[in-house]
Amino acid sequence: MKQMNWKELPHAGTVLKAGNANEYKTGSWRSFKPRWVEENCIQCLFCWIYCPDSAVTVKDEKMTGFDYDHCKGCGVCAMECPGKKGNKAIVMEEEGK
Amino acid sequence: MAVATTKTVAVTGNQAVAEAFRQLNPDVMPAYPITPSTGIMESFTSFVSNGKVDTETILVESEHSAMSACIGASAAGGRVATATSAQGLALMWEMLHIASGYRLPILMALVNRALSAPLNIHGDHSDGMGMRDCGWIQLFSENAQEAYDNTVMAYRIAEHKDVRLPIAVNMDGFIISHSIESMQFMTDEDVKKFVGEYIAIDPLLDIDNPKSIGALVLPDYYMEHKRAQHEAMLNAKRVVKEVSEEFARITGRKYDLFESYRTEDAEIVLVALNSAAGTIKDEIDRYREQGVKAGLLKPRLFRPFPYDEIGVALKNARAVCIMDRADSYGGYGPLFMEIASAVSPQRGPVLFNKIYGLGGRDLMPLDVDKVIEETAEVAKTGKVRIMKEYISVRN
Repeated sequence: MKQMNWKELPHAGTVLKAGNANEYKTGSWRSFKPRWVEENCIQCLFCWIYCPDSAVTVKDEKMTGFDYDHCKGCGVCAMECPGKKGNKAIVMEEEGK
Repeated sequence: MAVATTKTVAVTGNQAVAEAFRQLNPDVMPAYPITPSTGIMESFTSFVSNGKVDTETILVESEHSAMSACIGASAAGGRVATATSAQGLALMWEMLHIASGYRLPILMALVNRALSAPLNIHGDHSDGMGMRDCGWIQLFSENAQEAYDNTVMAYRIAEHKDVRLPIAVNMDGFIISHSIESMQFMTDEDVKKFVGEYIAIDPLLDIDNPKSIGALVLPDYYMEHKRAQHEAMLNAKRVVKEVSEEFARITGRKYDLFESYRTEDAEIVLVALNSAAGTIKDEIDRYREQGVKAGLLKPRLFRPFPYDEIGVALKNARAVCIMDRADSYGGYGPLFMEIASAVSPQRGPVLFNKIYGLGGRDLMPLDVDKVIEETAEVAKTGKVRIMKEYISVRN
């Protein structure tokens, strides 16, 4: 996204378009990245409910992975994930490793 | 345009401003009355009760809430006004920045009063100077007439499309707010025509076009927003001149960014805000009769500060005494610091600073005489005895 200069800003910084937070990528904030381990997933969708950034992607009522453009790596999904037989379906891994 | 019909009245400064508010007929007026500005709300709420205005007054539980309600009402799309003093303004401080950051043209009557502690209800400029960096346009008024005129002009300045910033009209607590003076009111029709209709930019009550104000802005954009705010403030200087010229064509009363009183050939100049200017002008007249080339520069617009224009106005003076009715402990007075930024340190006049009138202490003609004589001495010798000194403080 090209950054506006000070003359191009909307008056008073008012947000005139609904839902445009989606255009603002926050993925680079992450220091830990959630990885989905599909074989341990029971499709409870706790991760989808708890994610504060709507960064868990769901298709046809099934968890399909993460939106890494917006996931800030908070780890709430991994914390809430019940997994299967003690094995988590979401694990946090350090970025850049 | 012909000079409009006016009415000569004898009123207090507070009544004069309340009358301007009545004629401006704001949509909303949230306030938490505080001495010495209380009289404005007292008069104005009687206008509301008697059906003289369409204004909705909101009596809130604190000044912080008063300014918050001003912001809400202004963001909704209304024309908004309030009045306060001293501690009231201090409690508003957080919200003052929000009002200017949201670019809301709110009008505030600021009846200048000393800040506690020690507790004091009388007039000085420590409240107004405390809001210097809050992003509000600041106009100062010598007397009830100027307070009224500045208030009538305020919305035209604040609401201009190149400005859209909140504005505070200052006058001295008690000395002006509670003293009865003879002055001229404009007619209701003339004020209505002069001020015109208010068209809000992106009002929240335009529900067909939903929007969000006050969004989080991170380091990648915050400075761009602040730069835009500075530009709006710079534009205000031009707009103040334009609006004042139009006002002069209607009323015959001329205002500029500052008043120059007998400064054209002045070798010594005193600089002061608000009501003290009246006393100083009298004393300058007396000294002029004795051949002392003295003058007064009285800033009207304090934010944005007209550095270039004041620099030019003072460049031929030899000594300038800047008189502050507010202090910056451990620093120079706030007006002194502005003037020092406006004049050339190499080629400009010698400057020095007097602090006077804190907590409502009177500035007597004799005090002014001493300042004039000292400034004349500085002009002669080029030497300042004490850079910053307090007038009439007991040793």
